[in-house]
Amino acid sequence: MSNLIQVESPLHHAQLDQLIGQSQSGGIIFHEAALFGHLNLRGNADDDAFLTGVQEVLDVALPTTACSSAKSESAQIMWLAPDEWLIVVASGSEYDVEEKLRATLKGHFAVSDISGAQTLIELSGMNVIDLMKKSTGYDLHLDSFPIGKVVGTTFAKAGAHILRLSEDKFQLVIRRSFSDYVWLWIQQSSKEYGLSIV
Amino acid sequence: MSQINRIAASSKRINRTRTLNFTFNGKEYQGFEGDTVASALLANGVDVIGRSFKYSRPRGIITSDSQEPNAIFQIGSSQSSTIPNPRATQTDLYNGLTASSTNGWPNVDFDLMSTVGKLGGSMMPPGFYYKTFMFPQSLWMSYEHLIRKGAGLGASPTLSDPDSYDKMHQHCDVMIVGGGPAGLAAALSAAKTGARVIISDEQNEFGGSLLCSKQEINGDLPSLWVEKVMTQLTKMDNVLLLPRSTVFGYYDHNLLGINERRTDHLGENQQQCSRQRVHKVRAKQVILATGAHERPLVYGNNDVPGCMLATAISTYINRYDVVPGNELVLMTTNDNAYKAAIDWHQAGRKVVTIVDTRSASNGELVKRAKSLGIDIIFGHAVIEVSGKKRVKGVDIAPINAVNHSVIGAVKHLSCDTVASSGGWSPVVHLSSHTGSRPIWKEEVAGFVPGETVQKQHSCGGLEGIYALSKVLSDGFTTGALAAQAAGKGEGVFEGSLPLTNDPQEDESMALFHVPHSKKTSRAPKQFVDYQNDVTAAGIELANREGFESIEHVKRYTALGFGTDQGKLGNINGMAITAKSLGKTIAETGTTIFRPMYTPTTFGALAGADVKQLFDPARFSAMHKWHLENGAEFEDVGQWKRPWYFPRPVETMQESLERECLAVRNDVGILDASTLGKIDIQGKDAREFLNRVYTNPWSKLAVGKCRYGVMCKEDGMVFDDGVTACINDNRFLMTTTTGGAAGVLQWLELWHQTEWPELEVYFSTVTDHWSTMTVTGPKARKVLEKVCDIDVSNDNFKYMDWIEAKVAGVKARIFRISFTGELSFEINVQANYGLHTWKAVMAAGEEFNITPYGTETMHILRAEKGFIIVGQDTDGSVTPQDLDMNWVVGKNKEFSFLGKRSWGRDDNQRDDRKQMVGLKPKDPTFVLPEGAQIVFDKDQPIPMTMVGHVTSSYYSASMGYSFALAVVKGGINRKGQSVFLPLSNGTTVEAEICSPIFYDPKGARQNV
Amino acid sequence: MLHIYCPYCEEMREEEEFNPAGQAHIERPLQPEELSDEQWARYLFFRKNPRGLHHEMWVHAHGCRKYFNITRNTVTYQIMETYKMGLQPNITASKEG
Repeated sequence: MSNLIQVESPLHHAQLDQLIGQSQSGGIIFHEAALFGHLNLRGNADDDAFLTGVQEVLDVALPTTACSSAKSESAQIMWLAPDEWLIVVASGSEYDVEEKLRATLKGHFAVSDISGAQTLIELSGMNVIDLMKKSTGYDLHLDSFPIGKVVGTTFAKAGAHILRLSEDKFQLVIRRSFSDYVWLWIQQSSKEYGLSIV
Repeated sequence: MSQINRIAASSKRINRTRTLNFTFNGKEYQGFEGDTVASALLANGVDVIGRSFKYSRPRGIITSDSQEPNAIFQIGSSQSSTIPNPRATQTDLYNGLTASSTNGWPNVDFDLMSTVGKLGGSMMPPGFYYKTFMFPQSLWMSYEHLIRKGAGLGASPTLSDPDSYDKMHQHCDVMIVGGGPAGLAAALSAAKTGARVIISDEQNEFGGSLLCSKQEINGDLPSLWVEKVMTQLTKMDNVLLLPRSTVFGYYDHNLLGINERRTDHLGENQQQCSRQRVHKVRAKQVILATGAHERPLVYGNNDVPGCMLATAISTYINRYDVVPGNELVLMTTNDNAYKAAIDWHQAGRKVVTIVDTRSASNGELVKRAKSLGIDIIFGHAVIEVSGKKRVKGVDIAPINAVNHSVIGAVKHLSCDTVASSGGWSPVVHLSSHTGSRPIWKEEVAGFVPGETVQKQHSCGGLEGIYALSKVLSDGFTTGALAAQAAGKGEGVFEGSLPLTNDPQEDESMALFHVPHSKKTSRAPKQFVDYQNDVTAAGIELANREGFESIEHVKRYTALGFGTDQGKLGNINGMAITAKSLGKTIAETGTTIFRPMYTPTTFGALAGADVKQLFDPARFSAMHKWHLENGAEFEDVGQWKRPWYFPRPVETMQESLERECLAVRNDVGILDASTLGKIDIQGKDAREFLNRVYTNPWSKLAVGKCRYGVMCKEDGMVFDDGVTACINDNRFLMTTTTGGAAGVLQWLELWHQTEWPELEVYFSTVTDHWSTMTVTGPKARKVLEKVCDIDVSNDNFKYMDWIEAKVAGVKARIFRISFTGELSFEINVQANYGLHTWKAVMAAGEEFNITPYGTETMHILRAEKGFIIVGQDTDGSVTPQDLDMNWVVGKNKEFSFLGKRSWGRDDNQRDDRKQMVGLKPKDPTFVLPEGAQIVFDKDQPIPMTMVGHVTSSYYSASMGYSFALAVVKGGINRKGQSVFLPLSNGTTVEAEICSPIFYDPKGARQNV
Repeated sequence: MLHIYCPYCEEMREEEEFNPAGQAHIERPLQPEELSDEQWARYLFFRKNPRGLHHEMWVHAHGCRKYFNITRNTVTYQIMETYKMGLQPNITASKEG
């Protein structure tokens, strides 16, 4: 038995690494931001101690406005619900962050490590709005979906949290078990535009 | 055959430099780019394009738009590309197009059906289908096939569709339906406020009636104004233009379904993009600018090819350079239709006469016709057409304008074309999709949109506004108002209105049904609904037979039931009903139009959600390994789970027996990742579990696991699983694979709505963990090789869980058993799932570790009498019915979910269906699952059924077949015989026994 | 397809993000054991089916996972208001007249 530990992201089987660079001219640019640490945080946004505690650990204030996000050097935080956030940190640091949160926070809160449960997909490119329009019923106009906004909605027939990174770049949080479906969907839906993997 | 009806080039819409070849009913023809199939057929002088539905009469093209009831074809060259029922008037011609009549089997020119007088004789009155075929049903079955074939409803493709389809979600401030003068004006006006605007039109280009109109705008041809507006709109990035896009449905909260035909006009099998795209538009405000349809008049033999709508004549001449005949008689109730005769005359063909039903008119168009030397006869109507496959002449007669009767001598005129116009009907279809009933507006003699709760506006022809200047100004105003309602602009159109000279028109006459010198029932057929062969006489007969509600008339006569939804005939039919019942049209009302506005292909509605994208397939982290190792898969919810792992030349039964024996004798491994897992945290987690599970959780210690059953408030089992105590404030709950999402929502429901004071949070961690069950007498030996801690029975007891490293990966191991054998359920973070699985497989090789699937798992658990919720239960089974009183807490303080309901009388009956085991008398016979159970095998049918088989298998380890079943009062009937009458006529006997067949004392899991 | 305002996400969303969850404002009896079978059956099985205004629960299943209430007209499908769990409707059939 080998001592090497194989770690595989939800889209590992798609062998994306072998597709990188095969097409340069796609209207859709696809990237799996694989193997980040994902933590689900629950708590009371009206509790100052909770907010302060989280800020202490993550070095950024917890976004409490509906559908907003925040970013520090080490963490990206997405609002999922009035009492629920997704924290994305560098691979492997999720254990530390979870421990620190548990040590710092008092009262009623919850942290769950869900690093194996989901993956991040980044979609960009000239036709990214077309692809998104095919995939979600949410209004993508900048007035309704400004940069930094995060929306829990549907992506084709899967659920997703979509974060707008820039005018033409979106980050999708996709559940592991749905990732192959989403990958197939994106391939089919970007056929007329071309698909480049990065 | 040359294009005999094509006149000298004048329309910009026809590109003469591009000739397109096509075939119709096997004959080759030519048309030009810009033609529809209908305009090309008319250009080629094709008169008969089909046969009618019921009477099999020859039919020709009547209209130039979506109203067309006759020119409905089968289009496409192969069994995969053929499309039933598109309208020729709306089908753009492409090179190589293949079309044939859907009506008129076997041949439009020589129709067998008309020769034999069709089925049931030549007299097929309304209600024929009901009267003839309702009883006996068996006759309908034998006739249906022939009738449908003879009736010509088109043929479905028999091969799968090679084209792709997709959908897009759109959002806008103002959605404008219709790109005619009103719609374009509204779009421009709304777009200038900065509002996000979408405008769609079903035709290949925007402009609507302006594309074939000669009325000047700003001193130019109207098509020039259209070009200018389009140039402006195209430049604005807040405007989305959708030509060739039909709004097929208007749904609640301003959602519109639009089908954009992206490649249909280019030919078959265009692979560059999807063939059609459905846009689902959510609009803040909707402007309906759908215009109006011209109404034909109803007169004798009005279906003979050559009878057309007046506007259709103008459209074919002005837009397509096609004059569909040589000698025209125009019958009209209004000034507007005079345009058709003027256009005909100016195209150089003969206008025999204009028959105006009014006593006089001094409108400008009338004067213009007169000045061109066109003969006009007032106070007359065409009462009958002669000819069979083409109009040969007409009978005209003076009529009384008041009581609509023929009041003088009949005169015969020769001609080959009859145009008719009874005025205009606003296209209210979309406005009624959301449930709004159109209202009759006397001054425009038509229905207009009624009150609606949608954020909807209408303008132009749809409101009964027809003068071009008024249509344009209404469009501009409405566009600005709609934008304002969406929060953009001040609600006022700032630009200047285009200049138009509306011809002064005299009043029209409200006439729907032209009288004949004979009474309607004796007169030649006067068609109202061409597609369904509904005549004026038929409607009157229906009224006489007592059908008075317009909805009943519709269903009895089939008026408006065709794929055209009665666009051409409905208003006339309603007017005839009103008249025959002595009511006004306002009193009679209209039927309600529903989606689809015009037929929409299934492909478009399915979009890209087909084949492997039809439903998401969910996979575990070990899926690739299962594939490589030859697993057969079973769908469990959306999951693909290994069902069993066949080896070469093994039957399924052989595989199952091998897998079962491996678990019982050595060790097996199951991918259990799909089980739902919920992380429950908070100081009240334990109390919450007490309330949702039937058994107590107060004393479950840290490091221990417990099986729990959940009931709905009605006391019926709805999920089960093992929950582990991680620490005093934290539990990990597992649920069934199919129940995962439902259970989480169930917990949230109770927490959010009833017990928000409990401090507890739920988060799904189903996908976070990969779970593998290592089970069998040698399971510990396998685990010992890959685990970093002592897993002996002393250190790691049954129903304990521990944290450890497996194959170097942090893991939670649960010592729980669903097979009855020594079992370890290893959970690792899913990114390490495959790594860990492979390591366990390698460690188990020397012990004959055998991967097994869900079917083997089902057999093994059934041998132990463990239930599967949803297989052995069906939402009507209590824990007591399952003989699982041990899982019901007797001393719990809180009246947990389901408890109170067990006390209801019905749940106390001792003849409830209860879970038992069954042993077939023949130990090799496997009872079919679902088989019904009776106590008395000799009882005559209908027998008293007392239960059914829920799970049934052959047990390789026990050497006999067995089953789980629910039987009335079964728990107290152990040892008794029951009988199972099977579908093959045989009856088999089985003995009721305990559902625990294997290792009843549970010794094997506890070693 | 309805367009529904989620009071927690604070914006309009498509119906496909939501699941309906039945009649709103049904309270679980505090002492179920003290109720007669009939009283319990009323709580368990009997639901309103009004023509017109109705108060119902929905859950934002693909969004924030929160349950909330909707006042909806069952004839026109108009949604008159949505409000958070625990609150009472502003618009009721009696207030509407």
